[in-house]
Amino acid sequence: MAKIAFIKTPLSALGGFTLSLIHDLGKIAIFFCKGCLHIFSFPLQLSKIIQQLHFIGAKSVFVISLTGVSTGMVLGLQGYYTLVKFGSEGLLGAAVALTLIREMGPVLTAIMVTARAGSAIAAEIGIMRISEQIDALETMDINPIRFLVGPRLAASLISFPLLTAIFDMVGIFGGYLTGSVLLGINPGVYFTRIETSVEMIDITGGFIKSLVFAAIVATICCFQGYYTHKRSQRFGAKGVSLSTTSAVVISCVLILVSDYVLTSFLL
Amino acid sequence: MPNQPIIQCKHVAKAFGDNRILNGVDLSIHKGEITTIIGKSGCGKSVLLKHVIGLLKPDSGTILIEGHPLSKMKRAMRKAVKRKFSYMFQGTALFDSMTVFENIALPLVERRSLPKAEIQKEVEEKLRQMDLHDVNDKYPSQISGGMKKRVALARALVTQPEIVLFDEPTTGLDPIRKNAVHSMISDYQKRFGFTGVVVSHEIPDVFYISQRVAMLNEGQILFEGTPEEIHRESNPLVKWFIQGQESRHDDLTGMAPQSQGEKRFNEEMARMRRYENVFSLILLTVENIEEINEKAGYEAGHAALKNFADQMRRHLRITDICSRYGMNKIMVILPLTDKNQARTVRGKLAAEMEVEGVSATTSDLSFSVRVGIAEAKKDSPIEELIATAESGESVSYRFRIQ
Repeated sequence: MAKIAFIKTPLSALGGFTLSLIHDLGKIAIFFCKGCLHIFSFPLQLSKIIQQLHFIGAKSVFVISLTGVSTGMVLGLQGYYTLVKFGSEGLLGAAVALTLIREMGPVLTAIMVTARAGSAIAAEIGIMRISEQIDALETMDINPIRFLVGPRLAASLISFPLLTAIFDMVGIFGGYLTGSVLLGINPGVYFTRIETSVEMIDITGGFIKSLVFAAIVATICCFQGYYTHKRSQRFGAKGVSLSTTSAVVISCVLILVSDYVLTSFLL
Repeated sequence: MPNQPIIQCKHVAKAFGDNRILNGVDLSIHKGEITTIIGKSGCGKSVLLKHVIGLLKPDSGTILIEGHPLSKMKRAMRKAVKRKFSYMFQGTALFDSMTVFENIALPLVERRSLPKAEIQKEVEEKLRQMDLHDVNDKYPSQISGGMKKRVALARALVTQPEIVLFDEPTTGLDPIRKNAVHSMISDYQKRFGFTGVVVSHEIPDVFYISQRVAMLNEGQILFEGTPEEIHRESNPLVKWFIQGQESRHDDLTGMAPQSQGEKRFNEEMARMRRYENVFSLILLTVENIEEINEKAGYEAGHAALKNFADQMRRHLRITDICSRYGMNKIMVILPLTDKNQARTVRGKLAAEMEVEGVSATTSDLSFSVRVGIAEAKKDSPIEELIATAESGESVSYRFRIQ
């Protein structure tokens, strides 16, 4: 008997884990679909979307620019020292721009916005949940998903690609700062290389990535906050802190995993 | 049966894990009445209320709203039913990142049934009625607990709902505010005729405003009836609970609560039977309390009422028994006093109190108090005597509120 239990326990644990994982994935998928539907449900919540655009988008511009310029500068430095070995430092512009547009831009933007706005979304919705504000919405016949998730999802879908574009632009400028201003590559060469090597498909690839990341971040962060009360044995402030942590961690992991999947499809 | 129940709970059961909270609750709530649910802390009163509004789903049993089971309702119907409801949360559940004004306006704004100017008017009207001044732009964390309760009450009533569920609307408030909230609920109920369900610990204060009382114990309804019936209930569990909860003094007036007054009446009656002595009863009714509430605000009105009661107590003999009798009535039992002597007491009382004046914060307002007298007859029940005092010769006094 003991032998059977020895085999059975890990198996049932694995089965239980898999089942709950599938259950949670389904729940998140439904949550996302409901959120998407409520972006367009009448009457449109334009003012709330604009508020969220301000919070998720406009207020992230500074931090995104800062990250963008430093990433671009580092890429410029690293790229130069690698390319100079092959005597092809003229390609620096292309290397920086392609790395940023195809990969670093969407990923780093998504991670930075997760850290700045995603955590705030999870905490805000989590606190609303534990202080019964979401229940209050329901008693007023206001759909909480429409009221809370719809505008945040819409604002993320709009602001992520725009923030990514800002990141790319500022990053290219950062590369120019190190490459041309510091290390003396001809600015004309730097920008011409960018113009000739970057194609529309690179831009669309980055754009699609940023859209997918927006959906992931908004859904995961809202979901974690929304179901704060369903966390086992974790209530109140502790529950909110755990929701915020897992919102950020899960979002970041999913961004990186989906980035690989997307890249392999888009290439 | 006076009318068809608007809400019916049938064998509602709910457990959270191994913890059985509701164990087959059967309860009917009738239209246009205020039903109070009492019971020990943690016995599932709030859980029951959340089942009624659909925030929680029962493990078994059904909840019927206007005869239709809540669980089988179609979406459109559920929506229509939900719009009739309003819920005041125990912890107020105000939106803490919205201002007081936005909080109250939210249900109206989201329903989009009114133009902006109308909403502004409605909300300002509600704020005025709730004695909330200069708080429009404040956030819930910037106002006091009592104010938050009133904001929550305003938010619950702003949509003019047909059914309002109050989850401990007065817990944590001082006696004046508590009574003010109770009379607000009662006034609005009279004015708009909504059906109210109140979960409360405030015994006996809450009985003054409710037509029916239900007691929840160990997940089941142990008693259901009128406030008068619950005082006469013989079930020891109900009796002990009521006696345990009821304070010896009415919080607002400092007098004995109604049930104690009735007890003292019975004692006097027993003495009358034994020693053949007389006793009389004076009933003071503040007739214009609603007008004062309306003009000066609920809190000022109740502060004045408290003042009035304090003054009166000071002018009575130590042997006289004062007790509150309902929302705006005070009953005084005068032992060993016949009708004529009682009349003298009444005159003296009025003269002295008029000279000293009953002070309160507002000006240009006066209490209109009707004072009726009745002499006890052997074995006549208290209700009969009260009726005599109310209908017989009475004098009206006006006490200025300075």
